[in-house]
Amino acid sequence: MDDHPCKHGDGCTCHSGVSRRGFLGSITTAAAGIAASGTLTAAPAPPPEKAQPDEPVKLQLSVNGRTHKVLVEPRWTLLYVLRDQLGLTGTKPGCERGECGACTVLIDGVARYSCLTLALEAKGKEVTTIEGLMKGEELGATQRAFVEEDGYQCGYCTPGQVMAAEGLLRVNPRPSMEEIRHGMSGNLCRCGAYVHIFKSVEKAAVLSASEKR
Amino acid sequence: MRAYLPDYDIQSPETLDEALTLLSREPGKWRPIAGGTDLMVLLNAGRLSDLNLLDISRLTELRGISENGPSVTFGALTTYSELRQHPAVREHLPNVVESARVTGAQAIQNRGTLGGNIVNASPAADTPPSLLAYGAEIELVSVRGKRRVPYESFHKGYKKMDLAPDELLHSIHVPIPKGSGFHFYRKVGTRQAQAISKTCLAAHARIENGVVEELRIGLGSVAPVPARARSAEAVILGKAVDFLPIEDAVKAIQSDISPIDDIRSTARYRRVVTANVLRQALEELARTGRAS
Ligand SMILES: Cc1cc2nc3c(=O)[nH]c(=O)nc-3n(C[C@H](O)[C@H](O)[C@H](O)COP(=O)(O)OP(=O)(O)OC[C@H]3O[C@@H](n4cnc5c(N)ncnc54)[C@H](O)[C@@H]3O)c2cc1C
Ligand code: FES
Ligand code: FES
Repeated sequence: MDDHPCKHGDGCTCHSGVSRRGFLGSITTAAAGIAASGTLTAAPAPPPEKAQPDEPVKLQLSVNGRTHKVLVEPRWTLLYVLRDQLGLTGTKPGCERGECGACTVLIDGVARYSCLTLALEAKGKEVTTIEGLMKGEELGATQRAFVEEDGYQCGYCTPGQVMAAEGLLRVNPRPSMEEIRHGMSGNLCRCGAYVHIFKSVEKAAVLSASEKR
Repeated sequence: MRAYLPDYDIQSPETLDEALTLLSREPGKWRPIAGGTDLMVLLNAGRLSDLNLLDISRLTELRGISENGPSVTFGALTTYSELRQHPAVREHLPNVVESARVTGAQAIQNRGTLGGNIVNASPAADTPPSLLAYGAEIELVSVRGKRRVPYESFHKGYKKMDLAPDELLHSIHVPIPKGSGFHFYRKVGTRQAQAISKTCLAAHARIENGVVEELRIGLGSVAPVPARARSAEAVILGKAVDFLPIEDAVKAIQSDISPIDDIRSTARYRRVVTANVLRQALEELARTGRAS
């Protein structure tokens, strides 16, 4: 996320200036960043009831069974809130345009890209991230399958792959290899570990089934 | 998340009435957001400057699939995953199912809506060719009431639609084809998932006593709007399946399309491949017709 820390205003893609982490430190800093950009001062004074970028909204977010009270700006994506507000950095940013799947989470049990979801949209829904698949200190079945089948190389895409697999298996607990390939097609792996990823999903189906028994 | 929006608001009404009232009070101000799979991409890229979002995703009135006598009705919020799983849709409207199957990938299908695909009005959208092939109608709603229009006349030009600023797309009605018909759908993209079409063709035909009595061909990515292949249809209509003038239709379709060069493909490629896909469709039609 950048808030045009440069002076070029809206539409500028200049990413220089305030460092990402530093900028994301707190909401107050974010507001100051916006004011400093000068863009807000150029805009006409808004009616008071309107939600503004620097006016966070209260949101109760249920993630991995815990309820979090967070202040969010209406334009924040779920991906950003999970990582940078809640510190759940297992969910990865990749393309941030719905193509790579690194940010996949479950919303009410259904696989979704968190980069294409506004945090506010998750109100009243249950969000599950890679962290939420743990059974206490133990890995969940799908996670274990990826470890056992070596379903990764560098691991960057892995949380998204695991969540996509989990979403797929919840709809279709015994998918064929063809269904696995199709179901996982929204998750890219730059390392090209696909063969192992598909095997991991097959294994996950077996492990999940035996866990349920 | 690069969006910086000087003018930003989001409203999440719980009922359709509330949503429509908001839209009618300030027409043009509110941009509906359904699944967000088109809008959020623009938002993340910082390509929306002023944005007041009307989150319609919670409106139960716009949800659900039902079989209403001679047609299947899809609420505008129907997701690709929902329609792929619906028994009546699978039985009667295989082209709609296939266009959903080849759209995006799992997470897009879980969230992207049929209504969003129509109103986003991309000429490359994948469900419109199927809707055209089945002769769908769409229903629009505003505080002024509901109206129904043939889907075919909905797109008026590139991203121009027969949709007033205070209106929402309410539902899509697709007539159930009579008898055992011929259904064909083919999308050509760079890869099998997450790819925007370079060209896309859907067809539906009814064959009686060995003659093509009804035929509609819908096209995507080859004109400023999703389009019917009227000239090609005219060549085939009324002909016996044993003697289909396939090559005449393949020539005729060139006047139905006006493809362009863009980042995904070239006009020339689109002309050649659309013709090839039509040939494939008509050869299959001839085979199906003979077998039936
Ligand atoms: C990675 C990726 C892959 C994709 N692949 C494909 C593909 O293969 N084929 C394809 O066709 N598309 C594809 N898309 C585009 C998109 O997913 C579809 O167009 C989807 O159907 C849009 O629906 P939505 O509900 O998410 O739309 P939104 O983003 O919510 O809305 C899109 C537009 O429609 C308007 N709108 C939505 N619902 C209504 C309504 N009921 N009344 C009035 N206006 C409304 C909105 O205001 C907006 O202008 C892809 C997108 C991504 C990110
Ligand atoms: S970061 Fe969400 S799909 Fe790539
Ligand atoms: S393991 Fe490296 S990107 Fe998939």
